Amino acid sequence: MISMRNVHKSFGSQKVLDDLCLDIPEGKITAIIGPSGEGKSVLLKHLIGLLQPDSGQVDVDGESIIGLRRSQLNRIREKFGMLFQNVALFDSMTCFENVAFPLQEKTKLSKDEIRRRVLSALEDVGLKNIESKFPDELSGGMKKRVGLARAVVLNPKIILFDEPTTGLDPIIKRAIHQLIKDTHEKFGFTAVIVSHEIPDIFDVAQNVAMLYRGKILQHGSPSEIKNSNHPAVRQFISGSLDGPIHMI
Amino acid sequence: MVQALGRVTIGTVRDLGKTGWFLLYSFYMIVRRPGSPVQILKQMRFIGTKSLFVIVLTAAFTGMVLGLQGYYTLAKFGSEGMLGTAVALSLIRELGPVLAALMVTGRAGSAITAEIGIMRISEQIDALETMALDPFKYLVTPKFIAAMISLPLLCAIFDVVGIYGGWLVGVKLLGVNPGAYFYEMEKSVVWRDVYSGVVKSFSFGVIIAWIGCYKGYYAGHGAEGVSRATTESVVLTSVLILVWDYFLTSVLL
Repeated sequence: MISMRNVHKSFGSQKVLDDLCLDIPEGKITAIIGPSGEGKSVLLKHLIGLLQPDSGQVDVDGESIIGLRRSQLNRIREKFGMLFQNVALFDSMTCFENVAFPLQEKTKLSKDEIRRRVLSALEDVGLKNIESKFPDELSGGMKKRVGLARAVVLNPKIILFDEPTTGLDPIIKRAIHQLIKDTHEKFGFTAVIVSHEIPDIFDVAQNVAMLYRGKILQHGSPSEIKNSNHPAVRQFISGSLDGPIHMI
Repeated sequence: MVQALGRVTIGTVRDLGKTGWFLLYSFYMIVRRPGSPVQILKQMRFIGTKSLFVIVLTAAFTGMVLGLQGYYTLAKFGSEGMLGTAVALSLIRELGPVLAALMVTGRAGSAITAEIGIMRISEQIDALETMALDPFKYLVTPKFIAAMISLPLLCAIFDVVGIYGGWLVGVKLLGVNPGAYFYEMEKSVVWRDVYSGVVKSFSFGVIIAWIGCYKGYYAGHGAEGVSRATTESVVLTSVLILVWDYFLTSVLL
C-alpha cells in the first residue's frame, strides 16, 4: 500500500499540495482525477520520489521514502514502473531498445531472452513490426503503447500512469484503457492513474480520488464518486461551468 | 534592498554549491560506475573525431598567422631563424590548448547541453530515475571521460597542424631556412612545455564536460529553457577556460 500523510508542497509562493492525505490500496487501480493544473502529476511524482514534499510523509509498503539516500530510494523504485504524460521514450533509441533497456540494465538475462520478452511485451500492447522504428516515427497512441510495454516489462509491483490517454482519439483512448485493464488483470499490479477522462475512467478504476486545491476532496469507489453530493466533485464530473470550480 | 541582496547572495552560494557538487559527484561516478565502453567510444567520436575538421582548419590558419606575424616581428631583430621556436612555443604552451578547447566548446559543449537539456524537459531523465538507474552513469560520466581523453589528443593535433601552418608561411612563402625552423624549435621546446599543454587541455576537457552537462541537467522549462542553458553553457565554459588558463599558466610556468 502507498500512503501519503499531511503532504505539503509549494513551488515558490504557489501552494500545490496542501496537507494532502491519501491511501492507495494494493493490487487495485486507483484514479486521481481533478481539474488541470491542480497538481495531479506533482502528486504522482511524490509517490516515486521524483519530488520530495516540503513536509509530510509518503510511505510505500510501510517504508518512508522521504529523505532517503539515492541507493535506498532506488531499492524502493525497483517496485515501480511509470508511464509519463509525454511518454518519455529515449528518442535516440529504437522502440526495441527502449523496451529492452530496463531488462539490459536491471537483469542478467541473455540477449535471446531479452529479445523474447521485449517482443512479447510489444505484442501484449498490440504492436508488431515496429521494433526498429524510432519514437519520432510513431503516432501518439503507438508511443503510449511502447511506453506501457516499457513500464510493464520488468513486471513491477506498482505502475504509475500520468495521463495515459491525453491527446488521443476516442478509439485509441478506449484501447489504452482496455490495455491497462487487461495488463492489470494479467499481472495484478497496483496502478495509479492520473486522468481527466470522465466518464471513461470510472470503467477502468476501482478507486477514484478527486484532487482540488491541494487536497483530496473525496475518495471512494467509482459509483460513490459518480453519486457524490460534493458540489466541486459534481461540477467536475458533469463538466459544468457553474459551480465552485472557476477555471476561467 | 537588503532582503533582495540577501536573496541574490543565498541563490548564488546555493548555485555554486550545486555546481561544485555536480563536479564531485561526476568524479565519484567515474570511479564507481564509468558507463559502458561503447558509450564512452560513442562520445569520443562525437566530441573528438567529429571536431577534427574544425580543429585542423583553425590550427592551420592560427599557425599561418603566427608564421606571418612572427616573421615580421623577428625580422626587425634579424632573428627570422627563431620563427619555428616562436610558433611552436606559442602553440604548445598556450594557443593549442586554449583554441582547441574553445572550438570544442562551440561545437560539442553546446550540443552536450542541448542534448541533456532536451532529455530533462521531455522527462527522459526522470524516466531513468524511475527505473532506479542513475542518470549520471548514462549521460554524464561517458561525456566526462570522452572529453578528458579527446581534448589532449585534439590539442596535440592542433599543435602539429599549427606548426606546419607556420612552416608553410615562414619557410615556403617568406623564405626562412627550413633547417633553422625545425632545428631551433627542437632546441628550445622542452618536455615541460608539452606537459603544460597536456595538463591544460585535460583540465579544459573537464570544464567543457562539467559545465555542458551541468547546464543541461538543470535546464529550465521548455525550448526557451534549453536555449538559455545552451547559451549560458558556451559563455560560462569559454570564460572559465580563459580564467583557468591564467591560473594554470602561473602555476606551470
